[in-house]
Amino acid sequence: MTSARTIRELTDKDYKYGFVTDIESDTIPPGLNEEIVRLISAKKGEPEFMLKWRLKAYRHWLTMKEPTWANVHYPAIDYQKISYYAAPRSKADGPRSLEEVDPELLKTYEKLGIPLQEQKALAGVAVDAVFDSVSVATTFKEKLRELGIIFCAFSEAVREHPDLVEKYLGSVVPYNDNFFATLNSAVFSDGSFAYIPKGVRCPMELSTYFRINAADTGQFERTLIVADEGAYVSYLEGCTAPKRDNNQLHAAVVELVALGNARIKYSTVQNWYPGDRQGRGGIYNFVTKRGKCLGADSKISWTQVETGSAITWKYPSCILQGDNSVGEFYSVALTNNFQQADTGTKMIHIGKNTRSTIISKGISAGHGQNTYRGMVKIMKGATGARNYSQCDSLLMSDTCGAHTFPYVEVKNSSSRLEHEASTSKIGEDQLFYCRQRGLSTEDAVNLIVNGFCKEVFRELPMEFAVEAQKLLGVSLEGSVG
Amino acid sequence: MAREASAEEGRAKTLLEIRGLRATAGGKEILKGIDLTVRAGEVHAIMGPNGSGKSTLAHVLAGREAFQVTGGQVIYEGRDLLAMPPEERAREGIFLAFQYPVEIPGVSNMYLLKAALNAVRKHRGLPELDAIDFLALVKEKMKLVEMDDALLNRSVNEGFSGGEKKRNEIFQMAVLGPRLAILDETDSGLDIDALKTVAKGVNSLRGPERAMIVITHYQRLLNYIVPGTVHVLHNGRIVRTGGKELALELEAKGYAGVEESVRGSRQAAPPR
Repeated sequence: MTSARTIRELTDKDYKYGFVTDIESDTIPPGLNEEIVRLISAKKGEPEFMLKWRLKAYRHWLTMKEPTWANVHYPAIDYQKISYYAAPRSKADGPRSLEEVDPELLKTYEKLGIPLQEQKALAGVAVDAVFDSVSVATTFKEKLRELGIIFCAFSEAVREHPDLVEKYLGSVVPYNDNFFATLNSAVFSDGSFAYIPKGVRCPMELSTYFRINAADTGQFERTLIVADEGAYVSYLEGCTAPKRDNNQLHAAVVELVALGNARIKYSTVQNWYPGDRQGRGGIYNFVTKRGKCLGADSKISWTQVETGSAITWKYPSCILQGDNSVGEFYSVALTNNFQQADTGTKMIHIGKNTRSTIISKGISAGHGQNTYRGMVKIMKGATGARNYSQCDSLLMSDTCGAHTFPYVEVKNSSSRLEHEASTSKIGEDQLFYCRQRGLSTEDAVNLIVNGFCKEVFRELPMEFAVEAQKLLGVSLEGSVG
Repeated sequence: MAREASAEEGRAKTLLEIRGLRATAGGKEILKGIDLTVRAGEVHAIMGPNGSGKSTLAHVLAGREAFQVTGGQVIYEGRDLLAMPPEERAREGIFLAFQYPVEIPGVSNMYLLKAALNAVRKHRGLPELDAIDFLALVKEKMKLVEMDDALLNRSVNEGFSGGEKKRNEIFQMAVLGPRLAILDETDSGLDIDALKTVAKGVNSLRGPERAMIVITHYQRLLNYIVPGTVHVLHNGRIVRTGGKELALELEAKGYAGVEESVRGSRQAAPPR
């Protein structure tokens, strides 16, 4: 009982990153119509093809209905009350160097423990930081450019590399894919773009820190990563958001394209503001992430640690089109208090001898609801395809929930699929065992939960794994019952 | 006989004093007034039939919250033991070797042990051990129980055989160096060779500063870990206390026989 109380106290700690930076935002009034879409495109000085694409998406979006199949519940979103564009006003043109960056912004990052200045030196991580909707600082760009690697803000890519953008944008997540992705296609403000040329191994982890700041501003990022033949890239995405009372919509799209023999590793630590203990506030995280193994022998790996957001709706998926291509999905999703997560993956096997692995770890605490939803689809031509799925759930209280919805569709009889699932409650006996050896309840909970997640954490790049473990500790503060 | 045993143990410092301890689980009274004094350097065996309260006593001393203490007191090194949370008891030197050691998937044996040792050391004002010193200590202690190196990096108790689990408990005890070790049916599930190895490990940890409470159902273990004092627990009370030969008497007569004599002697005894 004492341990239950301790765990609750731990979980009740305030969101560490809840603060607001006082920066003037160049925000367009709330509402959505064709004029707004044109305005966004004009503000970014986009070429004609981009505007056409946005308008096509917007018109299609008008015909779509918000999906209701996910196991999440939230009040109806009024899309006319959202402001679709906010940019820090002080440098509308975008800074050329760190010196040009608004010092308020830099302070915000420092509070988050990710000072850009230090990051430059740290571990060779190039950071394309999204603050609200405009990228404000890009480092290491020169070094990457020498190798022919393009890593820049999406809006810059639209201007500087329109051919690449036009070729790959929407090639994995089409403009009419789903309600939120289509909305994103119409109004996306910025994001990241990376292109790794043939045979180049990106020498550093590419990284973006996202952060929502302006109140009531939906954030619609778009990320596109293309690894050309034989290329390799590891991409890190991490986010924290300041405290807010109103729910904020976050509908991002990430597209990955791996050509022949290319490898893309995409890692996420997601820590958007989850709402308070009563479930007020918090981010709605409705994200479409998908990768396409276009060429033979290519590989795409998704690793995610999802601890934040009031609602998470997210299925990083792989289309295994090239023969012998490999898709992987490693996930830790944690829901505490009144958080809801409906997350998982889709593995679509099209090419011969394609292989996929799914490892999903769901942790539910407080009143959190955690749903794994995954689909493995073996198409007719996918001779010799294989899949291994493992879904484990850990319950930390009597009031939380874990749900698993695995879908399987097989059209080729030579394929092999394995599925394992388990649900366990964090054991009073495990906690007592650790405490009898001298560990505090808090340390015991962290130890047990991190052990549960180990198979996923070991897929994360080192520095991210450390961060993820810490984050899990902070997010679980106070949560066994 | 009882007097003889305590006389032999003489004037050593009192480590643990249990007075009139009562405890319930799920509303049912299991311990109905336990009195027991343990001095530094002593080894006490607690024997008794199933359901007599042996394991409950072990867990109550370690601070398990599933049991409610309803009466009595426990003084450990001059302090109120029952007021301490389990981790503080552990850091103060109480070690429970579990009858059923728990599996913790994904957490390596080494990692748990290092975290535990450093928590204990920190509590005692000692610097934390770094990886190299820790490994040296671990290697040395592993020899005591002839434990396989491979078990260090495996998840805590996961997939361990019964014998490996018990060895692991004694190995942890060796690394943590407790002042009062409580061995809860350490012999259960062990074959004779494993029993000898584990007993050898335990015996190597005996010393003038350390006391042990060895809980067992069978006399067999006590051939290898020879106690100074044997207590018979029955229906939540200690009904007999004697020297190591009491264990042999139990072996010969069975618990039923001893209970008979207890009942007989109670009736005959004059009121106190």
